[in-house]
Amino acid sequence: MLLVDNIEKIYPNGAKALERVNIAVRAGEIVAVVGGSGCGKSTLLRLIAGLDRPTRGKIMLDGEKIVAPHPAVGFVFQEPRLLPWLTVAQNAGFGLDDVPAPERNERAREVLQRVGLADHAKSWPRELSGGQAQRVAIARALAPRPKVLLLDEPFSALDAFTRASLQEHLLDLWEAFRPTLLLVTHDVEEAVFLADRVLVMRPKPGRFVAEIDLALARPRDRYGEALDLAKRRVLKALDHSLQAQPRGEDLAPAAAI
Amino acid sequence: MTAMSALESSAAADTSQSANSAAAPRRRVGWRFLIGFILPVALALAWEAAVRFGFAQGRLMPPPSRIFTTLYDLAITGELFRHIAATTARILAGFALGVVAATLLGALAGASKLSRDAIDPTLQGLRAVPSIAWVPLFILWFGIFETSKIMLIAVGCFFPVYLGILGAILSVDRKIVEVGRMFRLSTPALVRRILLPAILPAYVVSLRTGLGLGWMFVVAAEFMGASEGLGYLLIDGQQLGKPDQILASILTFAILGKITDSLLAAAAAPFLTWQDAFARRD
Repeated sequence: MLLVDNIEKIYPNGAKALERVNIAVRAGEIVAVVGGSGCGKSTLLRLIAGLDRPTRGKIMLDGEKIVAPHPAVGFVFQEPRLLPWLTVAQNAGFGLDDVPAPERNERAREVLQRVGLADHAKSWPRELSGGQAQRVAIARALAPRPKVLLLDEPFSALDAFTRASLQEHLLDLWEAFRPTLLLVTHDVEEAVFLADRVLVMRPKPGRFVAEIDLALARPRDRYGEALDLAKRRVLKALDHSLQAQPRGEDLAPAAAI
Repeated sequence: MTAMSALESSAAADTSQSANSAAAPRRRVGWRFLIGFILPVALALAWEAAVRFGFAQGRLMPPPSRIFTTLYDLAITGELFRHIAATTARILAGFALGVVAATLLGALAGASKLSRDAIDPTLQGLRAVPSIAWVPLFILWFGIFETSKIMLIAVGCFFPVYLGILGAILSVDRKIVEVGRMFRLSTPALVRRILLPAILPAYVVSLRTGLGLGWMFVVAAEFMGASEGLGYLLIDGQQLGKPDQILASILTFAILGKITDSLLAAAAAPFLTWQDAFARRD
């Protein structure tokens, strides 16, 4: 159980990035956080990862408070961030330094196999396509078998075909390892295709405004009616979250003329 | 799923293509190597012909045949190798001293903002002093023999290496450092597994620049009173009016400089095969 308890984050310049954010994610659940850019969703993920510290509130993983990067929490960044001087296999095994070399190689090989890149074990990162590189990044995050995997818009830099195939890949991996997935995205289709639950965020300060429980069975039909309906629900919630924000014209209509 | 496999195979085609293009330049290397000789050999032959056919006197600018004869004479008497050994020994000592000092101070300055603010302004101020300006002081301090020469070469090698390592440390990508943090690397592990490999390419370039300056400063050092060394051959040639000896010595500098630079580059190459460099995409 991952618990985000009343988190507040204020940056040194005084900007309030997050206000009273609460989430409870069950073990093995897939939760997507959606919202426009600048709504604080990446900040939230960095706090859960322990890369930054919240100003107020706490983050608990199975009763343990997270104050720094935790061995049971993996992170997939928006960019692959592979280390260019390591081969694909060495990158995949990067987080297994405390494991003896033979076992490390075996586990790196296994996790590469899972993402379909076993043939590329000896390649350099520069020889990979964008989608392949991101698969190695996912393999690297999963190799230490984390309980929670955080993904920060992991597929947003990829083309639509690659994105769709990586989403399916991610679900296969989830089936195999059953980690808790917390995914930040601005792609509503991605959110409803992957998640059990979608949380909608609103900016200034960042907070949750809606929670949509999808309760849809897997495998899901990407083009089916159920997903379409879910997508509309999320979009509507997002739209509400935008409209509820009073804009300059609404406050002083004459100013727009 | 069919879309997936199509994607896979196109990705595989991509990689095999890049593997081909990486292998291709290696096959052409033999020919490429010769291209570099065309210009100097053509110039040498033209000058040789100009002197032979009486278009030029060749007294102050001797033709290649005379330069090579001089070089040969110096070589068979063993003189040449004595001078080369003296000069190379000075370079190696000065370069080693300069590189060790520059690496330690560069790493210290790169380690934290505080240490950088403490030492970098002083070093930048010293860098503004033309290195040759130290010569009189070094002679007073260390005498006119080996120590002052080695110190001058060390000063010459120091600054490019210091700037290179400091700049490389400061430009390490925050994003990959964050990957290290995510995997909870200790500070020594972060240095060993992320910082060192990340700064290595820029460090190698700075070492090559430093070595190049080392060759420059060894001549200056040998001008200030030496009884052996390639710089001594230059001065000796000037004083006794032997331009062929000067040119023989210059030619030796060119060859030795190129060889040492290539050795340094070759020593570093195995550690840099991962680089996605412009030059590789031939």
